[in-house]
Amino acid sequence: MTAEMTGIGVSPGAAYAPVARLAPAPAPPADTGPEADPAAALQTAKAALEAVATDLDERAEAASGATADILDAQSMMPRDPALAAQIEKALAGGKSTAHAVIDAYGFFRTALEAAGGYLAERAADLDDLRDRTVAVLMGQPMPGLPDPGHPFVLVAEDLAPADTAQLDPTTVVAVVTEQGGPTSHTAILAKSMGLPAVVACTAAAALTDGTEVLVDGGTGLVVPGPDPARVRRVLDAEARRAAALEASRGPGRTADGRAIQLLVNLGSQADLAAAAAVDSEGVGLFRTEFLFLDRETEPNVDEQIEAYGQVFAAFSGRKVVVRTLDAGADKPLAFVDHGDEPNPALGVRGIRLARTEAGASLLDGQLTAIAAAAAKHTADVWVMAPMVATPGEAAAFADRCRAHGLAAAGTMIEVPAAALRASRVLEACDFASLGTNDLGQYTLAADRMNGALAELLDPWQPALLDLVSLAAEAGREAEKPVGVCGEAASDPLLACVLVGLGVTSLSMAPSAVAAVRAELATRTLADCAGMAAEALLADDAAEARRLVAAF
Amino acid sequence: MSFEGTVERRVVIASKVGLHARPAKLFTKLAAAQPARVLIAKEGQEPVDAASILSILALDAKGGDEVVLTAEGEGAEASLDALEAELKTDRDT
Repeated sequence: MTAEMTGIGVSPGAAYAPVARLAPAPAPPADTGPEADPAAALQTAKAALEAVATDLDERAEAASGATADILDAQSMMPRDPALAAQIEKALAGGKSTAHAVIDAYGFFRTALEAAGGYLAERAADLDDLRDRTVAVLMGQPMPGLPDPGHPFVLVAEDLAPADTAQLDPTTVVAVVTEQGGPTSHTAILAKSMGLPAVVACTAAAALTDGTEVLVDGGTGLVVPGPDPARVRRVLDAEARRAAALEASRGPGRTADGRAIQLLVNLGSQADLAAAAAVDSEGVGLFRTEFLFLDRETEPNVDEQIEAYGQVFAAFSGRKVVVRTLDAGADKPLAFVDHGDEPNPALGVRGIRLARTEAGASLLDGQLTAIAAAAAKHTADVWVMAPMVATPGEAAAFADRCRAHGLAAAGTMIEVPAAALRASRVLEACDFASLGTNDLGQYTLAADRMNGALAELLDPWQPALLDLVSLAAEAGREAEKPVGVCGEAASDPLLACVLVGLGVTSLSMAPSAVAAVRAELATRTLADCAGMAAEALLADDAAEARRLVAAF
Repeated sequence: MSFEGTVERRVVIASKVGLHARPAKLFTKLAAAQPARVLIAKEGQEPVDAASILSILALDAKGGDEVVLTAEGEGAEASLDALEAELKTDRDT
């Protein structure tokens, strides 16, 4: 049978079923333009666009949450006055109605593609809207999902939000797309529906209707015609994973009982109630920026005490790790003069702000408020500084914290220098937390905002894992906690790798806690160490994922 | 009837994701609801219709970018007030 295929696993879970492919869009008719009556043709086109938009509205009403939001935004596109203006222009230029529509969508597709990254992925959404509009003009049904009458693995070149929103999880057991990336709608929506999904699996183009495939949305593996023993093994593991997820409660532990603190990341007051409701041991990263950005004046100490107090109250009895202000560079403050920096990601940001008088006084105000709020509540308050590069910076910060009566003072490790010399950095402080997003950006010298470098920013990059390993080892020797807060901790398999490298806590998006806890509960510490060793053997992120998945 | 002439406003985008996704949707809907027709541009680029979701997305304005809003005629000032407030609101979720 055909060789196994790999894509990017974007929504965990495994499934085994026959393939059903998304019906292709109707071939457009020949260009019969110019239209005899361009004004009437424009009205015909507008009516078709409105039919497409109305259809999306109806589905948005039937959907909820992220799905409804995406469909709602989609329905604005066919009604866009600028789109109609482009159609009118193409009609005047001698195109047939259908081709005027195709040209108009093409105009905006080119513009989005040129912007790259996130917007390039949105360009595929426009193709779907175009196909729907052309189908209406041709009097054909709009392209949609297959209905083979039994559960199936949906395979498509790419899925539009309108398709994804219609997915019925009782018949669609997994999704595989040839294109798309980790931030495509397919990925986001499949994840929110708990549907196993693999994207960017180019080899899936060869899959035909009826072929039995085994899909693993965690590892990105797609296996056509797998042998029955393998199917049983993977589905058994999936059943255990589902059962463990269902039963997932309490503090994080490995299968052999090693405690690993599971914490949540918190970035705004608005998320507080939901984050506190999650079964976690506290907050591993409380980002305080929300209090400072987007305002003309510095928040005074009383205002800060109130805001921190709300968080400590919601997490009373639990741990809360407060990260002091990470501003500057791409997050400028209106009330501080940041100067003009040619390379902001490498500029005066995070703890570096404390080098200036204004920055130091900001930090003192913040520490005063954190200490005062902590005194009023029972939360176990820890404080750490962002962007620490040297042992000296870590020591100065810890001294400042202690001067304010804050007992647990630590540092983020997100600059490679701090990871390389973690043992020295840890000497002066009580704990460290690895910020894998920035650490990845600086280690691989790849701008986090640049979608074209996504694969270098993959948290599975072995070089990043090497630095995690160094820092964790320093923590073990110093007997001080070293955790991870960052995207890496949200991926259940990678979380096990991090534990295997020696980290003592994992802080993640609140929605990821249950899955990470469940995965961890199925692995012993020795398993985790084995997975970590496999990952470090790899030459790139994709290979690391593959080796660990096969472990 | 008062005629206010062409008015212009420079605004820095607050949402970190920029004028994409949900912030773009909210902004466009608000622009479409304004009495005056509003144009939006990034420095040195052609202005586009603020009520066009596709043009707004293609503008690719990121968080922290400065954009120029222009409007003319009746309600121009009020329209710009509303849209400026929207851009200054952090819509990141």
